[in-house]
Amino acid sequence: MNPIAAATGGAGLLLWVAFPYICLAVFAVGHVWRYRQDQFGWTSRTTQLLEHRWLRWGSPLFHLGAFAVIAGHVIGLAVPASWTEAAGIGEHAYHTTAVALGSVAGVAMVTGLGMLCARRLLTRRIRLTTDPSDKLLFPLLSITVLLGISATAVENVFGGGYDYRATVSVWFRGIFALSPRPEAITGAPLLFQLHALSACLLFAAWPFTRLVHVWSAPIGYLARPYLVYRRRAATPAPVTHEVPTPEPRPRRAA
Amino acid sequence: MRIMAHVAMVMNLDKCIGCHTCSVTCKQTWTNRTGVEYAWFNNVETKPGVGYPRRYEDQRQWKGGWTLDKRGRLVLRSGGRVKRLLSLFSNPDLPGIEDYYEPVTYDYDNLVGAPAGDDIPVARPRSVLTGRPTAITWGANWEDGLGGAPEHAGGDPNLGGELAEKVRFEFEQTFLFHLPRLCEHCLNPACIAACPSGAMYKRVEDGIVLVDQDRCRGWRMCVTACPYKKVYVNHATGKAEKCTFCFPRIEAGQPTVCSETCVGRLRYLGLLLYDADRVGQAAATEDEKDLLDAQRDVLLDPSDPGVIAAARASGIPEDWLEAARRSPVYALIATYRIALPLHPEYRTLPMVWYVPPLSPVLDAVGAAGGDQDDPDHVFAAVARLRIPLEYLANLFTAGDTDLVAGVLMKLTALRSHMRERTLGEAGDEAGLEAVGLTAGEAEDLHRLLAVAKYEDRYVVPAAHKEDAAALTAMENRCPVETSGEPAAAGGRRVMLGLPTLRRHTPGGRA
Repeated sequence: MNPIAAATGGAGLLLWVAFPYICLAVFAVGHVWRYRQDQFGWTSRTTQLLEHRWLRWGSPLFHLGAFAVIAGHVIGLAVPASWTEAAGIGEHAYHTTAVALGSVAGVAMVTGLGMLCARRLLTRRIRLTTDPSDKLLFPLLSITVLLGISATAVENVFGGGYDYRATVSVWFRGIFALSPRPEAITGAPLLFQLHALSACLLFAAWPFTRLVHVWSAPIGYLARPYLVYRRRAATPAPVTHEVPTPEPRPRRAA
Repeated sequence: MRIMAHVAMVMNLDKCIGCHTCSVTCKQTWTNRTGVEYAWFNNVETKPGVGYPRRYEDQRQWKGGWTLDKRGRLVLRSGGRVKRLLSLFSNPDLPGIEDYYEPVTYDYDNLVGAPAGDDIPVARPRSVLTGRPTAITWGANWEDGLGGAPEHAGGDPNLGGELAEKVRFEFEQTFLFHLPRLCEHCLNPACIAACPSGAMYKRVEDGIVLVDQDRCRGWRMCVTACPYKKVYVNHATGKAEKCTFCFPRIEAGQPTVCSETCVGRLRYLGLLLYDADRVGQAAATEDEKDLLDAQRDVLLDPSDPGVIAAARASGIPEDWLEAARRSPVYALIATYRIALPLHPEYRTLPMVWYVPPLSPVLDAVGAAGGDQDDPDHVFAAVARLRIPLEYLANLFTAGDTDLVAGVLMKLTALRSHMRERTLGEAGDEAGLEAVGLTAGEAEDLHRLLAVAKYEDRYVVPAAHKEDAAALTAMENRCPVETSGEPAAAGGRRVMLGLPTLRRHTPGGRA
């Protein structure tokens, strides 16, 4: 056992090393399992047919807010402070920008999620279509998002400012660098710690919820031919082509 | 030229009595499940009327089908690729459940379980979406037989401008007909083009358009793109579902359930051969009124030796070519040219066609004190009665009344000739000649329209025969194949019997 981990204590080791790795393992294995076993269930599970007035605003607000929030997390967690400073962005400038943009994105995401949760709770048609995975996902996602935005509000907007890039980000990168640094996060404010833990849980739940539709973002549609033809016989992959070629060519065994 | 075969349908609307047997048997077969209670893969509408879902034909509102952009290119009316991806989170042009109707069930237990007593138990309707008692205020055939027409039918999108004014006050005495609708299995399907996941596809062998349930991710763009609103969201599975043209039956050489159970025997099923390379060009025809001819041009004459040779080269088996020559659908669409597509102006090149009804005109003749059996009265009515004609033209010919009038004249001449023949008279050959029919053709057409038996109406070759024939064709080609590498010929012999290899894959894989 490495001396630093030992110094952190058993609880710290469990929370900040074992738990994240377990969650990531569930995330990875869960996705493989779900993709292989449940293509039929792999969907965004749209309820726009049943209710569209709240969705009209709630869904774009939530999704676009989420994209911005995710981008912010990638920059804040994955990019070391030394890199941004090397690029000429000072600590103060970085945090001012991050708090400003992050607040806008966070508020959009929270408002959107609030509307989506509200329509799910208040519209009976949708409440009845809500399945157990949604009952897990919606609270978990809401808690994570609320913890995250309150950590920012408490520490960085109204508080004196907390440099999570020196602590939480170090722990986060350690997980993926396979050299865990649990001691980096043990001193962080409670809100940040709770946010990190609920995020781990969210990743563990991900493959078993409708969140899998994230991986089906249809980017390929931008380049695909409009018409899709397929042969009735089982083909290994769908044959997509705009216009079939005029002359038949002999084809060898595939 | 790349020839493909297509199983297509024609419906003779004069024979439709609006009994909804097709809708009910279809529902029992395909959509009697949770999540698609509101969906009718086949429905029967009363026209004039707003239809199901309400006003689905108003593409300014629903943005279905294709249109031409300023440079004459074919584009989806609902917008380009980027716009589609941006509307993934909330599709602004998706009909809500209220545009269809709130599906209900009844408290049957209340009937069965009520104790003996003086009161008669009732079964109250309950919404299947909320489980609560609900008032039934709309349905898939709410306006059946023009019910509520004074209130609603003015909303029929086919009644545009002046026509609406004229019809609003008198049409309930004027005409009515039923329009059975199912997925059109279009040659240029907008639903497939709009599917972000690439889950929807058209089958090369028989043209049937299907949704791959394993690949659908519930982006619901197909519902918007289909101008006929014949793709539905299953709200329980979150995936798209649509009419399958009963493909398991078609593959077995049987007619679709709606055709099989049609009481009026008004449906015809058969093969059409078409040139897949010319589809895009035909759909991009500039003038909407030329689309009908453009689509007819894409369909190929199955008796033409050149077409037969090209079809063989494309791997279409012999029994299918034989079936294509006997196709009642081809006869009605191309030989006698009395079948018309529904809303050709949507530019999807639909493959369920209709023989337009003469009954609105006959009704009008009767209402005006004329004699329905006197061809002169009917001819005069076809020429002068603009209301039903314009209405039919808006449905079937992108507004070209002359085309609809031509078909109705043909039907009138046929009717009058065969009436005389049946009464033992000479027949009205002059009338026939005026509409371009010979006495022999008239007999044939009359047979097809009036007496065609089961095997004449449904000419559907089974798919397993096709496999065998394709394999034989490939075997026959092997020894004379010189362009391929030697290994290819050897390899193919081994592959016989593997269904994936029974024909050439056109083009590359994307």
